[in-house]
Amino acid sequence: MDLKNLYREIVNDHNLNPQHKGEMTDPDMELRGVNPSCGDDIFLQLKFDGDKISDAMFKGSGCAISQASVDMMIDNIIGLSKDEALKQSALFHSMINGEVTDEEELEELDEAYYLKDVCHMPARVKCALLGWRTLKEMLG
Amino acid sequence: MKNVNEIRADFPLINEKTVYFDNAATTQRPAAVTAAIKEFYDNYNANPLRGLYDLSSLATEMYGKARAACAAFINAKCAREIIFTRNTTESINLAAYSLGELLINEGDNIVISVSEHHSNLLPWQRVAKQKKANLVFMEPDMTGLLSLDEIKSKIDLKTKIVSIGHVSNVWGRTNPIKEIVEAAHKVGAVVVVDGAQAAPHMKVDVRELDVDLYAFSGHKMLGPMGIGCLYGKLDLLDKMPPFLMGGEMIEYVTRTDATFAEIPHKFEAGTVNAADAYALNTAIGYINEIGFDYIENHEKQLTARVMEGLSKNPYVTVYGSPDPEEHCGIVTFNLEGVHPHDLASVLNDDGICIRAGHHCAQPLMQFMGVGSTARLSLYLYNTDEEVDFFLEKLSKVRNLMGYGS
Ligand SMILES: Cc1ncc(COP(=O)(O)O)c(C=O)c1O
Repeated sequence: MDLKNLYREIVNDHNLNPQHKGEMTDPDMELRGVNPSCGDDIFLQLKFDGDKISDAMFKGSGCAISQASVDMMIDNIIGLSKDEALKQSALFHSMINGEVTDEEELEELDEAYYLKDVCHMPARVKCALLGWRTLKEMLG
Repeated sequence: MKNVNEIRADFPLINEKTVYFDNAATTQRPAAVTAAIKEFYDNYNANPLRGLYDLSSLATEMYGKARAACAAFINAKCAREIIFTRNTTESINLAAYSLGELLINEGDNIVISVSEHHSNLLPWQRVAKQKKANLVFMEPDMTGLLSLDEIKSKIDLKTKIVSIGHVSNVWGRTNPIKEIVEAAHKVGAVVVVDGAQAAPHMKVDVRELDVDLYAFSGHKMLGPMGIGCLYGKLDLLDKMPPFLMGGEMIEYVTRTDATFAEIPHKFEAGTVNAADAYALNTAIGYINEIGFDYIENHEKQLTARVMEGLSKNPYVTVYGSPDPEEHCGIVTFNLEGVHPHDLASVLNDDGICIRAGHHCAQPLMQFMGVGSTARLSLYLYNTDEEVDFFLEKLSKVRNLMGYGS
């Protein structure tokens, strides 16, 4: 997908109308993630039910790709166990770094799969990874 | 006198496919400059200043001619006042290390401004920490203007060094160097000027400005990457201790001690970058041929066109002075609701190169209260058509990003 279509069809909606933006009062875990060179800055909160992520939220500011990517990530990880979430984060990293390209393998990323073309935009890789990197740091 | 199309034809990367608006980061080079690098290696290559044979003398001569050209370019008194470095950053590090050793004691003040590029901030932070000195910040108003009152209130008897950008790489505003020099010299302080954004765009006269040290980069003025200059007044350079130690910068060496070569060699340790100095001479020749009258007029006219176009877009904020004459070809702005990185990516899709981010001036971004900004910067080969193309593409970005307009 070319850049303009990526914005139009995927990124804008999550950026302008994020489903998971806000702040929880009683999170079990929280962590700030920043891209110092771009100024992307997010604050990620997780709530657990046993080993399962029962809810997640983020706040922050940054470019549309960084913000949309976190929102999509949260869509995906609610309901997953810690290990499953970590595995998905690893898969997303591999996709953005261009290491995994097989569509079937990437299917579980759901909508976040559409960010795969970011791997051809080196300057934006960090933006797409911010949320996923922060998640990995929290759970890893 | 070349017109803009003839100028464009001299630059292999300036063509219909790209609109290059990131000249404050680095300019493009005319083919003559890249050819000069090859010319040096094919015709004059030997280690300058070392060999006793003809080829080495020839290399030395070419390197010396480049030094003389740089001296003339900023109206230094003589070639020995020019030290070749890699770039502005290295020039300022040399200045900070050496002046720190020479002048700074505990409790002294080093004065800079809040709008400095990191290259004119971090070297002084280190000196201040090591010597337990204070780093004092002059603060301009939001149009980038440093007032005389602010200058006089920050430069006082505790001040030993003032280091100031000639032109801000974010606001494009020219600082009142003469006034700063006057205030500093009155209290016996030395003035260092970061000329990275000035030397490419205006006739710099270091003697008229009466600055003590002046730094600039070749790659921002059509020259190669990897060659820059530090100008210094002879008597000050004489007193300053060397920065890098090693070959070429010595007079006599024993097992435990050394005496140093005369300036400028005292500051040029190791094998020098003669080929790029040679090509910088070619770049200076090119700029002289075009002339600063053309360059300044051309940039002002394009800047006015950019700013007028941006002013018609209700979602655009332009930073710095409202007067296009106060921008030195640099226009920093934001488009409401669109992060500068998204903006730069979208414009890239149309072949437009602009910068987005903090522009190596994070304290200034904090002072302005913005996280990051987009920056367009012009040079002698840009055209009205490119400006209009940019304005047209910019007007479509909010819509593409999902806003109604
Ligand atoms: C005002 C200013 N100072 C210093 C620098 C550093 O120049 P260089 O990277 O050539 O050392 C730049 C450019 O990046 C600049 O714009």
